[in-house]
Amino acid sequence: MGPVKMKGKSMATNVKGTFSRLMKELFSRYKKQLILVACCLILSAIATSGASIYIINMTQALLATGRVIDEIVASLVIGVSIMACIYFIGILANYIRARTMAIVTQAFLNDIRIKMFKGMQNLPIKYFDSRNHGDIMSYYTNDIDAIRQLISQSLPAMFQSAIMIIVIFGVMIYYSVWLTLLVLACVIVMMVVSKKVGGNSAKYFIRQQQSIAKTEGYIEEMIHGQKVVKVFCHEKEAERKFDEVNEELFNDARSANTYANILMPILGNIGNIMYVLLAFVGSLIIVNEGINVGLMGVSRTAATLIPVVIGFLTMGRQFTMQVSQISQQINAVVMALAGAERIFALMDEKPEEDQGYVTLVHAKYDENGNLTESDERTRTWAWKHPHKADGTITYVPLKGDIEMHDVDFGYVPEKIVLHDVSLHATPGEKYAFVGATGAGKTTITNLINRFYDIADGKIRYDGININKIKKADLRRSLGMVLQDTNLFTGTVRENIRYGRLDATDEEVEEAAKIANAHDFITRLPEGYDTMLESDGANLSQGQRQLISIARAAVADAPVMILDEATSSIDTRTERLVQEGTDRLMKGRTVFVIAHRLSTIQNADTIMVLDHGRVIERGSHEQLIAQKGQYYRLYTGVFELE
Amino acid sequence: MLKKLVASIREYKKDSILSPIYIAFEVFLECVLPLVTASMINTLQSFSTETATVSSGIVAWINDLIMGWASGDVLLAIVLHGVFLIVFAMLSLSCGALAGRTAANAAAGFGKNLRHDLYYSVQDFSFANIDRFSSTSLVTRLTTDVTNVQNAYMMVIRGGIRAPMMFTFSIILSFQISRTISLITLGLMILLATFGFLLFRKVMPIFKKIFKKYDKLNQSVQENVRGMRVVKAYVREEFEKEKFSTASENLKNDFTYAEKIMAFLDPMMSSVTYIAMLCTVFVGSLIALGVMHPLGDSIRIGEISSLIQYGMQTLMSLMMLSMMFVMVTLALESGRRITEVIDEKSTIINPENPVREIEDGSVEFKNVSFKYSEKARREVLSDVNLTIKSGETVGILGSTGSSKSTLVQLIPRLYDVTAGEVYVGGRNVKEYDLETLRNAVSVVLQKNVLFSGTIKENLRWGNKEATDEEMKRACKLACADSFIESFPDGYDTYIEQGGANVSGGQKQRLCIARALLKKPKILILDDSTSAVDMKTDAVIRKAFAEEIPDTTKIIIAQRIASVRNADKIVVMDGGRIEAVGTHEELLKTDEIYQEVYRSQNKEDK
Repeated sequence: MGPVKMKGKSMATNVKGTFSRLMKELFSRYKKQLILVACCLILSAIATSGASIYIINMTQALLATGRVIDEIVASLVIGVSIMACIYFIGILANYIRARTMAIVTQAFLNDIRIKMFKGMQNLPIKYFDSRNHGDIMSYYTNDIDAIRQLISQSLPAMFQSAIMIIVIFGVMIYYSVWLTLLVLACVIVMMVVSKKVGGNSAKYFIRQQQSIAKTEGYIEEMIHGQKVVKVFCHEKEAERKFDEVNEELFNDARSANTYANILMPILGNIGNIMYVLLAFVGSLIIVNEGINVGLMGVSRTAATLIPVVIGFLTMGRQFTMQVSQISQQINAVVMALAGAERIFALMDEKPEEDQGYVTLVHAKYDENGNLTESDERTRTWAWKHPHKADGTITYVPLKGDIEMHDVDFGYVPEKIVLHDVSLHATPGEKYAFVGATGAGKTTITNLINRFYDIADGKIRYDGININKIKKADLRRSLGMVLQDTNLFTGTVRENIRYGRLDATDEEVEEAAKIANAHDFITRLPEGYDTMLESDGANLSQGQRQLISIARAAVADAPVMILDEATSSIDTRTERLVQEGTDRLMKGRTVFVIAHRLSTIQNADTIMVLDHGRVIERGSHEQLIAQKGQYYRLYTGVFELE
Repeated sequence: MLKKLVASIREYKKDSILSPIYIAFEVFLECVLPLVTASMINTLQSFSTETATVSSGIVAWINDLIMGWASGDVLLAIVLHGVFLIVFAMLSLSCGALAGRTAANAAAGFGKNLRHDLYYSVQDFSFANIDRFSSTSLVTRLTTDVTNVQNAYMMVIRGGIRAPMMFTFSIILSFQISRTISLITLGLMILLATFGFLLFRKVMPIFKKIFKKYDKLNQSVQENVRGMRVVKAYVREEFEKEKFSTASENLKNDFTYAEKIMAFLDPMMSSVTYIAMLCTVFVGSLIALGVMHPLGDSIRIGEISSLIQYGMQTLMSLMMLSMMFVMVTLALESGRRITEVIDEKSTIINPENPVREIEDGSVEFKNVSFKYSEKARREVLSDVNLTIKSGETVGILGSTGSSKSTLVQLIPRLYDVTAGEVYVGGRNVKEYDLETLRNAVSVVLQKNVLFSGTIKENLRWGNKEATDEEMKRACKLACADSFIESFPDGYDTYIEQGGANVSGGQKQRLCIARALLKKPKILILDDSTSAVDMKTDAVIRKAFAEEIPDTTKIIIAQRIASVRNADKIVVMDGGRIEAVGTHEELLKTDEIYQEVYRSQNKEDK
């Protein structure tokens, strides 16, 4: 079975808490506007329900009494004018509500979006490594959308319906208790039926979601492997299996929609039957003159009863309409709250901690040869190290000397993946890591730039414990080219400049030349100004790697980490790139991880890792002479994957 | 375009027609109901005023009819009205239910057929067709687009009849009751429709623009999520926050602007409704009172309520129409994307009298040039001439982008040459039956895929009828047997989608075994052992030489070690053949080859 992506998201676990938090967030920002909206909603609810009831009763009253025509017309004019005024207020309230709500909704969503994004930027890498990226994306799309629907539509509609129900109920009970009970009975029947039919529908909708996931999963797998299908002339089998899942989806979709489609006519016609019952019971009351009991007192004459009965016919309809309106919205509300809950969870995530206080500053040597801080961009950097004990500040030149002492680490505490790793990379040294997938090569680099924090041991950078260095400054001093190249929407130039935002065009091109990317970039339709979309889909993997190397080159950091940076580049081009970076990194520290052993042969030190332990260390020649694991890898007895 | 889409309805045509018919009945009953209720209200009113004002028209006719049956007994008349109403309600309910079922069936069926047609079209696609659309876009068309069209279709068969019929019936019946009031209402509706249309026309383009921006914003979020390591490595958190805030703020302003305009819609609709209602009540009362009889109208109190109801129904059907309009417009775009796929003609089709026999495994390229599309400026392959004898082992080397893969994909006719000819077994590949050709020429693609299913199921792609022994033999040849046996479930081990639960080297060996099961005359390995260790790689090559000596083997590789023993090594550069020769020859003569050799056997530092 393929991966089942559940599009029908789970329900909120803490409906009440999430709801009150959402309301708090809303009200804390837009209290005035929301009160205004609430007032508008109440006004328009009263206007709509009250007016349409009054209008019927008015005509009834007009026609029931045998007054002089002129008088009737006069009171009719007055009545209609009053109604017009009420309506006008309702419409005005409606407009103010819609306009205010549009502003509030968009502002609130914008706030949430930005807050979410900013919060996300502050999260540790661990958060992203342990989650499906598609899920994070859906917070920004589906969940935000659900919240929009909730606050701009569902909640106001429910609020308005609730008010209308109260108003109508009040009026109904005022006129007749018996008929009110009848209406309530019908509403209960409606609720039971819709729960039953709706429940069936929901059951099939869930099945439909699963079928959709299954079908789409199949389609995705097969279409992405379509070329293999062609090569193996496997079209017929692919079609046969497709027909199976497609048929299954058809059956579930049909059942789900049948129930959903049937619900409306059923509810509508229960309403019709209620209408008949109201008329019939009403007539009985009229005929028997006097069994009517209402808050208005006991009325006995047909003349007063008829308007009541006729009024009920309208009120009953409105009442049931509002009830079904609320029940329709409840589902949307619960779904939206589930979305809100997920968004709040993201906002509540603990941000990446940083207790570092050593910062990286531009520096220069003064006349006395002392290192001091400089405001201008010099090519010299220094660690500014304030000492809390005596309040002095020392400046340590940035060199790129990295030491690891007996480092232990595990992504989860129970499972240690690095054991007692020690290393010392001096400025100018090229340090390579070799080992099978999962041996811990990338993990070491993750510790140097503090994407993750070590469990035990110590890492020092130019003699400073890296925990004391501000993370941002630490990372600024490390140029990284990562296993997965990630480019951003923008021009090639912007992508390279990402390494150093104030780099000039010349510096960008210079960096591209170092990465051996200049050549192919100039051959792109618009050279350096070619737009890259969706992660550079218009480039080959190798070209993307070259751009990301250029990006690191422009950053011009004293320490560079190349993690499988040239894996998709052929060996010839790789050699050219290597020459470029070697020139660039002369006198600086480089960490290299590579799959191909030829890439790292010229490293000063090669460290062979196995299951998180260092098993061999030395130069290429030394390791070959040792005839150990490296030798076996080199001669091809072992597989790296 | 619509015609092509409609062609996919097929066996669901019956339901597609029945559903609107049921709906027509349902709407008819729904529209008649207010007449009966009006008549009932009038009857109720007769309780108090014995001498009712005269009314004419359809309601009065119904009232008289029922009163007649009840021989003047008011209570009985009300009961009769009730019976009528309940019968109508039941009928309407059944029609509605039937309509709901048939519509669901028709729409789900239509969706099924569309998906089927699309999927089958894609199966006929050549590589060039697939490249043109890209797999991701094909998946979207098969999923999201089909769903859009399916939903719109359901909406159309349910609402396409309902809305116009409701509109017409309501108008006709309300004209039957009172022409004056109907004219007023109709006028107001036209006014509303005009304003609504103008509003939509103003707002739609704005929204379209905004949604594009919205997509872009989400895309940048996605880039951030995926590239978080880069963001953090370059300490660009603040930069990204700034960028995002600006874009989001921008979007907010646009949205607010558009929604402020949309805020007119609701009050506009309610004003029209209210004005219509007030006019109905006011004018209706005047007519009912007998103050005036414009256009010869005469009504009673019951008719007023039914007029209000008809007014509401007209308004509702207008709203439904506009909603349908919006949905169909959106779905049309999806429809267009679907027909694009259905219309796409495969660039490679079987010849008319195909040859179903392939003599041997010899290959020849004669002046071959190739471009991926006619519009492409650059030739990917130019002027390639190469002869490979049956049973030979040929290695192909070259840097990224030198078109090695393209070259070999011409042999099983995965692409057609732009100029020149490719011969297999002495005949132009265009003369062969495609299946025959592709079964004889087995390619292990560079981007290879295993499918979810057991190892056996995956291997059977090569040969449906393969016996266990045959599979074992192929796996032994590809050095896959030993690791398969080491799995607890052996050959029945379940492979997850994309082969996620086996290592890269294992995956490649399984793919080779799968290709071997075809017992091909020509076997092409496109960088298929890159993740396999060198020793195993050597063992596989040795097995090939010994076990399948008659099969022509073409091996694309990065490592010189993988090809150095080949009968012939082809060095490619920039879409051209740079040199052909044995390892020793090339080492002496070819500069590129020397360079590659040096880069891989670098002893000096």
